[in-house]
Amino acid sequence: MQRPTGRRGVVLLATGLVVLLAVIVGVVGLTRGGDGPTVRTEVLKVPVGPETGGAAVQLDATLYLPATTPAPAVLLAHGFGGTKGSVQGQAERLAQDGYVVLAYSARGFGASGGLIHVDSPDFEVKDGEALLDLLAARPEVQTDGPGDPRVGVAGASYGGGLALLLAAQDPRVDAIVPQITWNDLSQSLFPQDAVDSMADGVFKRSWAGIFFGVAGADPRTLLPGGPPPTTCGRFAPDVCAAYQQSAEQGTPTPEVLRLLKASTPDLSRITAPTLLLQGQADSLFPLDQALANAEGITAPVKQVWFAGGHDGGVPETDRLDMLTRTWFDRYLRQDGSAEDTRFEVTAPITQALDGSVPRVEIRSAPAYRPTATTVTLRGPEQTILNPAGGSPAALTGLPGAGAVTGALSALGSNPLSSLPGQTAAFQTAPLTEAVQVVGASTVRLAVQSDSGEATLFAKLYDVSADGQATLPEQLVAPLHLTGVQQPTTVTVRLPSVVLDVPAGHSLRLALSSTDQAYAVPTQARTYRVSLADGELSVPTQGTTVLGGGGSTRLLVIGLAVLAALLLVAGLAVLRARRRKGAAPDPELAEVPLAIVGLGKRYQGGYRAVTDLSFRVGPGQVLGLLGPNGAGKTTTLRMLMGLILPTEGHLTVFGHRITPGAAVLSRVGAFVEGPGFLPHLSGRRNLELYWQATGRPEADAHLETALEVAGLGDDVQRKVKNYSQGMRQRLAIAQAMLGLPDLLVLDEPTNGLDPPQIREMREVLSRYAAGGRTVIVSSHLLAEVEQTCTHVVVMHHGKLVAEGEVADLVGSATSLVVDTPDPAAAAAVASGVPGAQDVTVTDTGITLKLLGTPRAELVRALVRGGVDVERLAPQRGLEEAFLALVGES
Amino acid sequence: MPSRGQHALLDLESAPAGDQASDGSVAGWRGHRTLPFRVEVRRQLSRRRTQLSLGFLVLLPFLLALAFGIGGDPGQGAPGLVDLATRGAGNFTLFTLFVAVGFLLVVVVSLFCGDTVASEASWSSLRYLLASPVPRGRLLRVKLLVALAYSLFAVVLLPLVAYAVGATFFGTKPIQNTAGTTFGAGEGIGRLVLIVAYIAVGLLFVASLAFLLGVYTDAPLGAVGGAVLLVILSNILDAVTALGSLRNALPTHYSFAWTDALAPDVVGAQMTRGVLWSLGYSIVLLAVAFWHFGRKDIVS
Repeated sequence: MQRPTGRRGVVLLATGLVVLLAVIVGVVGLTRGGDGPTVRTEVLKVPVGPETGGAAVQLDATLYLPATTPAPAVLLAHGFGGTKGSVQGQAERLAQDGYVVLAYSARGFGASGGLIHVDSPDFEVKDGEALLDLLAARPEVQTDGPGDPRVGVAGASYGGGLALLLAAQDPRVDAIVPQITWNDLSQSLFPQDAVDSMADGVFKRSWAGIFFGVAGADPRTLLPGGPPPTTCGRFAPDVCAAYQQSAEQGTPTPEVLRLLKASTPDLSRITAPTLLLQGQADSLFPLDQALANAEGITAPVKQVWFAGGHDGGVPETDRLDMLTRTWFDRYLRQDGSAEDTRFEVTAPITQALDGSVPRVEIRSAPAYRPTATTVTLRGPEQTILNPAGGSPAALTGLPGAGAVTGALSALGSNPLSSLPGQTAAFQTAPLTEAVQVVGASTVRLAVQSDSGEATLFAKLYDVSADGQATLPEQLVAPLHLTGVQQPTTVTVRLPSVVLDVPAGHSLRLALSSTDQAYAVPTQARTYRVSLADGELSVPTQGTTVLGGGGSTRLLVIGLAVLAALLLVAGLAVLRARRRKGAAPDPELAEVPLAIVGLGKRYQGGYRAVTDLSFRVGPGQVLGLLGPNGAGKTTTLRMLMGLILPTEGHLTVFGHRITPGAAVLSRVGAFVEGPGFLPHLSGRRNLELYWQATGRPEADAHLETALEVAGLGDDVQRKVKNYSQGMRQRLAIAQAMLGLPDLLVLDEPTNGLDPPQIREMREVLSRYAAGGRTVIVSSHLLAEVEQTCTHVVVMHHGKLVAEGEVADLVGSATSLVVDTPDPAAAAAVASGVPGAQDVTVTDTGITLKLLGTPRAELVRALVRGGVDVERLAPQRGLEEAFLALVGES
Repeated sequence: MPSRGQHALLDLESAPAGDQASDGSVAGWRGHRTLPFRVEVRRQLSRRRTQLSLGFLVLLPFLLALAFGIGGDPGQGAPGLVDLATRGAGNFTLFTLFVAVGFLLVVVVSLFCGDTVASEASWSSLRYLLASPVPRGRLLRVKLLVALAYSLFAVVLLPLVAYAVGATFFGTKPIQNTAGTTFGAGEGIGRLVLIVAYIAVGLLFVASLAFLLGVYTDAPLGAVGGAVLLVILSNILDAVTALGSLRNALPTHYSFAWTDALAPDVVGAQMTRGVLWSLGYSIVLLAVAFWHFGRKDIVS
């Protein structure tokens, strides 16, 4: 009533929302718009060694300078087909982190001159050395000695290869982060996964085609008026010729092997700490390439097998960025952080419900040291065909088409990955316990070919209990065997994968004769394939989930916080309970209500009640009288423990009133309108109300209360269909449930018709007759006069008068006498003792009567021969007030 | 008030009992016995909103089954729970939970918990309960427990009905996750129970938030709508990747972490965090609710 609480709640909510939105906008703005420290850039043309013919070469480079110099430097190399612009984002982030970054377009790419030699030590790697010289000469770059810059090298794929080669060739390199790159280019382009086989590998023709046909093309030939396209694009002639010959033959020529060998880093010479970031979804440079690099490097090495790679997967860009920065911070900036060379592997734990990015966890181990678990494969010897022309061929991965490959693996079972008639399959029994495969499994096979030569593609499938086979990352292991006229035993290294095989799943080894990504023989052949010993050796690596140990810690911290919160809450409750125990005042034990110095100021500052004190004795029917807004309702609400007084207190039978005080069980109340569950009947409402008190049903006197309500059969109807008066009566009945010792009724006659008002008066007087006490508030003087024995008058929150009704009303009330002869009446009345202010009106007289019963006035008038038609108090509260407060 | 029996007159005029306990209460009144749990359960059950909400939760699985019946089997796209939904009862249940957790269950829980105090305030019945007297702490405790019980019932009811509907229309094939792992019958049920338990604990935050708002406002719609709105806001913030790890502290950040329970081996880290955050938020929100209600001027 005094406070629009509902609206306040809405305002609060709206304010909260606005504030939250402002916070979002602010935070997003800060993280997005705030570019951190400013980065200056400088475009450089760097002269490097000439091409074979003597043509001068300039590299196009950009130097990113951080806010503070001198600083350690990072040389950023791009991937095949890219330019310095491809690494701009990473360069800017590193520069913001305080590194001088030199990004450049490699020889044969972008705006740089020269031709592509595929990271040749004589060209691209020498260029790298020239760039280190440049960095050493820059005053912005921190140095370890004259001509020796403090520098790291990072790059992905082609750029990663350069990082390894440069670190092997130039000891000035202090740290490297090669990403998704090779150990041995010949093994990458001509993979051979038959261990110990001396035969050449199988040509990875689709990837090679992408390299030489697409990425190496000279973009100038695409422009109108540009030079005509050449078969070699921007490749150096020797590289081009070697590749073309191999591509035509489908086997590596000695020339191409020599070239590729030259681009294989001499790992033993690498002294720079190396962070190897290798992707699991990578059919170009699979995980075993990183493994070979890690095994060869004697400097500190950390291997990370993340979920991306050349075939797509989950790129984990942010994490790789963070790992790179941490690595450089440790070895270039030398920030003193502890060495972390743990092996980390990303494992998908659940696939996304909507097919988007799967949820992953990072597992780690001190180093990659797998232990072999052996499972038994079963299956008879099988004969498979290599179709003439090598077609149709199985479809596993589509190199470079990450999304498509992803969709293939997402399909779970890709029916094209193993074609009937071309595939031999061996399968384990369902595993009794789960296995986490981390790395390359091995198996021994007996292979025989009618032509003496065999090209096979080995695949390891995860087969679910209901037969769905999944080829992890669509990876295959190509084998090329010669001299196998007779069954020959070979050891096969299967693709390196990270795979959680749950218990109940099986592993299936499949050997296919074809694969579209590889050059396969065109000759029709028959292969006979069988298991040598049936043992499949699966590498497993004990790992802990990164943040997993933290997870226990987190759990402990979390539980501690929860416990602390609960403790605080519990203590607060205990304190609140203890506070309740104010001792009762025995002197007031028989006083139904005593109010002492009561005051209430609402939060808004509105003062509803001021210094109110009065008492109500047993058996009284007290009228609380005052105009609307006098503070009656506030006082009654404080009596019910609904509103907390700001000053003073109330006691009921000697007990202090607090919210929910036990003594309130002796009070029945009806304050400011009824409160019922609208969907229930009147009777049900009263029953539920009584049940909520927890008191015995017999104490309710429900039938008595219902009689008082007088609703008859309507008591069975839903309350929402009641009229205002019906609800009012039901609410009064509810207040009388249990026949409380103190009954409080706020404006009980509102909405009642005159007969009901009369009945109500009778009920109240009977109620009090038994020794109970009734407090009735009203703004109608007549009402109080007719119902109450005692009265308290309030105005503006203060007590104006209190006492017996007869005293107060009698002393203060004007009377109206209707008579046909007003003049005579006035004459007689003026003679009555105590009569004052006698005034003649059209219909009679008005007067004030002090200290004399009204009966005396009537008697005098009748004796004086005046016909009295009607005598009544002049109803008007204002007038009564004026009289009571004496207009002062 | 027409005819009134003698009985009533006698009753009214009978003398007060007079006997009372040391705390001043009338005989038969005990603070801890007021507003018994079952009475509040009945009060709430009689409400149309309770019946409609629970009824809708029963209806939803039928609607989904019907939708699949009309639309045919889900297509061969990227596999998600929706594609596996018609595989069997377990997967159908998972799908039903998946579509219901984000919004429907949030609304239902907000309704049960946000409306319970606010609606009493809006009917003015709150003041009569408090004056009867039900101690404030007791009233809030019972209201909260009953609202939570109804919420839990809703969260359990939905998967139960979904399982039954799924079993009727799609058979009882074991649960398969999107990665192709199939769980045995017992294992699958265990995972479902774990998931439902996690969802229930996760929704405790929503329940506490709605309850707190319901204690603050007298408008039931304000409390329910406010809670739903704040949950949506949390979801929106969670989509702002620029917030980085700050998002981990968002109360809805882990609302779908239960999918970890479908990994071949249950992965607990995310769910543990989800549970801890939810409990932490709930304790704070509920503590504020109790603290505020204990001091509040009831003017409704």
